Amino acid sequence: MTNNNLAKVEKGWERGVIASKIANDLPHASYVNLGIGMPELVSQYIKEDREIIYHSENGLLGMGPTPNENEIDFDLINAGKKPVTILPGGSFCHHADSFSMIRGGHIDYCVLGAMEISIDGDLANWSTGKGIPAVGGAMDLVAGAKNVFVMTQHLTKEGKPKLVKKCTLPLTGSGVVSRVYSDYAVLDITKEGFKVIELNENISLEYLQTVTEGKVYQ
Amino acid sequence: MQINKIKTDISEILSDVFDGATIMVGGFGEAGSPIELLHGLIDHGAKDLTIIANNSGNGRVGLGALIGQKKVKKVICSFARSAKGITFQELYNKGEIELEVVPQGTLAERIRAAGSGIPAFYTATAVGTPLAIGKEEKVFNGKKYILEEALNADFALVKADVADRYGNLTFNKTARNFNPIMCMAAKQSLIQVSKLIEPHQTNPENVITPGIFVKKIIQIEKPIIETNAIEEGMIYP
Repeated sequence: MTNNNLAKVEKGWERGVIASKIANDLPHASYVNLGIGMPELVSQYIKEDREIIYHSENGLLGMGPTPNENEIDFDLINAGKKPVTILPGGSFCHHADSFSMIRGGHIDYCVLGAMEISIDGDLANWSTGKGIPAVGGAMDLVAGAKNVFVMTQHLTKEGKPKLVKKCTLPLTGSGVVSRVYSDYAVLDITKEGFKVIELNENISLEYLQTVTEGKVYQ
Repeated sequence: MQINKIKTDISEILSDVFDGATIMVGGFGEAGSPIELLHGLIDHGAKDLTIIANNSGNGRVGLGALIGQKKVKKVICSFARSAKGITFQELYNKGEIELEVVPQGTLAERIRAAGSGIPAFYTATAVGTPLAIGKEEKVFNGKKYILEEALNADFALVKADVADRYGNLTFNKTARNFNPIMCMAAKQSLIQVSKLIEPHQTNPENVITPGIFVKKIIQIEKPIIETNAIEEGMIYP
C-alpha cells in the first residue's frame, strides 16, 4: 500500500451520505448520544417514520436543534458548549444522573468520531499524545452505551488507514466499537475481522482491503 | 431564632477558605459557573488551591482569572482544553500547574460518591486505557472494572438560580450540571443565586438541592455572562 495507490481512489461517500446511513440504522424511540462534530449531522437525516430522543452529557435529555440568534440562552447548551434548545417532553438532570444514563446502559446508541479503530473494537479518539490531555465524556460513552457507532473517514488526512490491527494512540475504550461507518464502507466488528455490511459503489472489496489493516470480508 | 443561611457580603461567604484548600467549582463551561464567587476568592487571596471542576476556565474571568492569578496548584477535571482557555494553557505549558484528567462520568460519580459516604466504587469507564494505569482491576460477571475513589472537597463554589433561607436550591436549565452533587460532596458549599424567595414560596416538589447540603448563600442578581465578558475584554481583577 502506497500513497500513489490512494491517490487513484474514487471519492468516498459525502458526510451527509454517511450520516443518513447511520440515521437509517437508529430505530424508532431510541435514546441516542451524538458526539461533537461530524456525528451531529446524523440528526438532520432522521426520517419521519421515527422519533429519536437525544441525550447531551451535561444533563439534557430531549435536546432540540440550534436556536435562532435571538433565542440563545447561555444556560441551555450542549456537551460542545454550544447553545441548543429543549424539545417538549425533555428534561434536565444533574451530571451524575446524566452519566448514569450512559454508564448504567440506558443510552441505546452513541455515535463518535475516531482516530483509530482496531480489529478487536478498540477505539482511540481522545488524545494524539500531544498537548493538554482532555477526555470529556468519551470514555464513559464507549464503556456504557449499548451500541457504539463510529463515524469517520476511512483514511487519515495523511492517507493512512484508521482501521488497524492494533491502535497506536492512547485508547478511549477496549473492545467497545459495534460498527464503523466510513466514507468507503459500513463495517461490523466481528471475531473474524471487519465484516462489510455495505460497500461504497465506487470501491472494490480488494481495494478496501488494501486501505484497511486486518481482515476485511463480506 | 430562625435559620438563615443568606449572607450579604461575599467575604463573609468565603471567610473560612484557607491556603491549600481543595475547592470544587460548579459549572459546565460557563453554564452554572460561579463567576462572582471565583472573583471573591481571588480577592480573598487563598493560594495553593486544588480545583475540582469539569473545565479549566476561559479568558481572564472566573476560573480562568483564578488560574491566571496563580492561586491554583492543581486542577482535577475532564476537559482542560478549550480555545479560550488561555491561562491554564500558559501555566500548563510552563509546567507550573498540575493536571489530573478524569473521565467526565467518573468525575461526576466520584463527586456523588463523596457526598453519599461511598469511599470508592468500581466502573467500566477507562478500563484498558492510560487512565486506568495504577488502578485496581476486578472482574464482575465476566466484565472488567477499575476502582475509583471518591473526591472530597473542603469547599464547593456553586451557582444556582433560586434559594430560600434554608438553602433549598433550584437551578436554571443545563446550568444545573455538577452543582447539586458538589453541594453534597464539600464540607462547606457556598452558593451564589440570582433570586431569593421566602420559604413558603418554595415548592417542596421542585427542590433540586435540599438545604441540608448548603452552608452559605449570597444573592448576585445579575451574574456576569462569561461569553459576553470575554468578548468585552473583561480581565479580573
